[in-house]
Amino acid sequence: MSIDSPSALNNSIEIRNLNFFYDKFQGLNDVNLDIAEHKVTAFIGPSGCGKSTLLRTLNRMYSLYPGQRAEGEIRLYGSNILDKNQDLNLLRAQVGMVFQKPTPFPMSIYDNIAFGIRLYEKLSRSEMDDRVEWALTKGAIWNEVKDKLNVSGLSLSGGQQQRLCIARSVAVKPKVILLDEPTSALDPISTAKVEELITELKQDYTVAIVTHNMQQAARVSDFTAYMYLGSLIEFGATDQIFLKPQRKETEDYITGRFG
Amino acid sequence: MNSSDLYLSRKRSNIVGLTLSMLAMSVGLVALVWILFVLLSNGFDALQLSLFIKDTPAPGSEGGGLRNAIVGSLMIVGLSVLVSTPVGILAGIYLTEYGDKSKTAELTRFVTDIMLSAPSIVLGLFVYAVAVATVGHFSGYAGSMALSLIAIPVVMRTTENILRLVPGSLREAAFALGAPRWKVSVMVTLRAAKSGVMTGILLAIARISGETAPLLFTALNNQFFSTNMSAPMANLPVVIFQFAMSPYENWIHLAWGGALIITLAVLFLNIIARVMFREKVKV
Repeated sequence: MSIDSPSALNNSIEIRNLNFFYDKFQGLNDVNLDIAEHKVTAFIGPSGCGKSTLLRTLNRMYSLYPGQRAEGEIRLYGSNILDKNQDLNLLRAQVGMVFQKPTPFPMSIYDNIAFGIRLYEKLSRSEMDDRVEWALTKGAIWNEVKDKLNVSGLSLSGGQQQRLCIARSVAVKPKVILLDEPTSALDPISTAKVEELITELKQDYTVAIVTHNMQQAARVSDFTAYMYLGSLIEFGATDQIFLKPQRKETEDYITGRFG
Repeated sequence: MNSSDLYLSRKRSNIVGLTLSMLAMSVGLVALVWILFVLLSNGFDALQLSLFIKDTPAPGSEGGGLRNAIVGSLMIVGLSVLVSTPVGILAGIYLTEYGDKSKTAELTRFVTDIMLSAPSIVLGLFVYAVAVATVGHFSGYAGSMALSLIAIPVVMRTTENILRLVPGSLREAAFALGAPRWKVSVMVTLRAAKSGVMTGILLAIARISGETAPLLFTALNNQFFSTNMSAPMANLPVVIFQFAMSPYENWIHLAWGGALIITLAVLFLNIIARVMFREKVKV
């Protein structure tokens, strides 16, 4: 672990001795990592290195699929979410996730946002209106959709859909937001908007992002984890990782001399 | 063989293949057009107002219509749809969203496949044994029950197949907000597959509205107008079956009229289903 590790900061998530299995195949080997509160932590590495797998352990998304299991400890503000008794719905309300492809629900823009809020809160009509506006503003899409809240979310462009999905995650006021390659299906202009949004979000939320795009990791993240073949190779402040990587493998990857 | 010879021989086999498939297609098409032509030429005259406002005539009497049979068919099929739609949709949701590859789900699929291909006369006999023989008389309810047994597997399998087309990422997105599984299934997945599921229901209606065998032992028939579903009830398929084989001119005429009504209704349902199915899944 590098000298500038985030241990001095408050941690939202602390991962200890995490091993992950797809049936018999081991997807993660003994990962130890701290995700600092109100910072952006990026996971980079070649395809199949386990960065998405790692992200999907943080909200136990893998638990939807029989045969996938995790061993070790993931502490979210101190409590181990890998515990058998962890309520998965409550966990996912605290740890939101945005996916590679935009996934608007087949309902109006308003209902897309309200769907998650209604799961855990009972709000009056006007409170809900305010909350929806607040979330869409946070998602940097309010100005584009404020006149068509009753239109289907599917009618928006790809970039707008993705910001709608981010707003939807924000709407339930989670503590942590996980972004799984959120811009890989978007054009450069939409990507720039989403990146700007990520920087905004870290003021209120802890963000973990998986990305294939190293420039993106360098632009948006405070800390970067480089993963390879299911292991965490190097972790530290983003500047450190990109300017003075400690490990040869990390340097090879970020300079494009990989393989 | 040089390259232009090869090209010519490929061109020849293309022509042969194309001709054969066109012939095969025209065999199917000719049969369909023939059926429709015979139906229309015999049934069109019967399509008069009296068909819809007069009841089935007694043996030997003149004229008459199919009002009692049309209303009876609508009620029997309607009740059957009311029962089989929720059961079929819920079972389809179970198969995709809950059971998936579990033993119970696999067994359910296996049984459903048997039900789908079971001869409808067997289902009619079964309902006769449990709902007619036990109470001692035929009834519209028994007819609905028999038709439901045919419709449920159809709705169930189409619902399952359509729900499978909904991408997993949409489900994951709903789960990621902390939604419980039943909300994900009903409010997100089913909603995305709405038009496909509706298509399944329409096809099930089209399927059962022409079924005759299961109604022979269950609803039987009724010469008079009746909306009492716990008594024998007139219905189009059985009326067609009985009238077409009768010696009376006007009965045979009515049978053609009934056949045309059912065919047009089924054709109409199929066209609606086709239009709706253009967008199977909205994502």
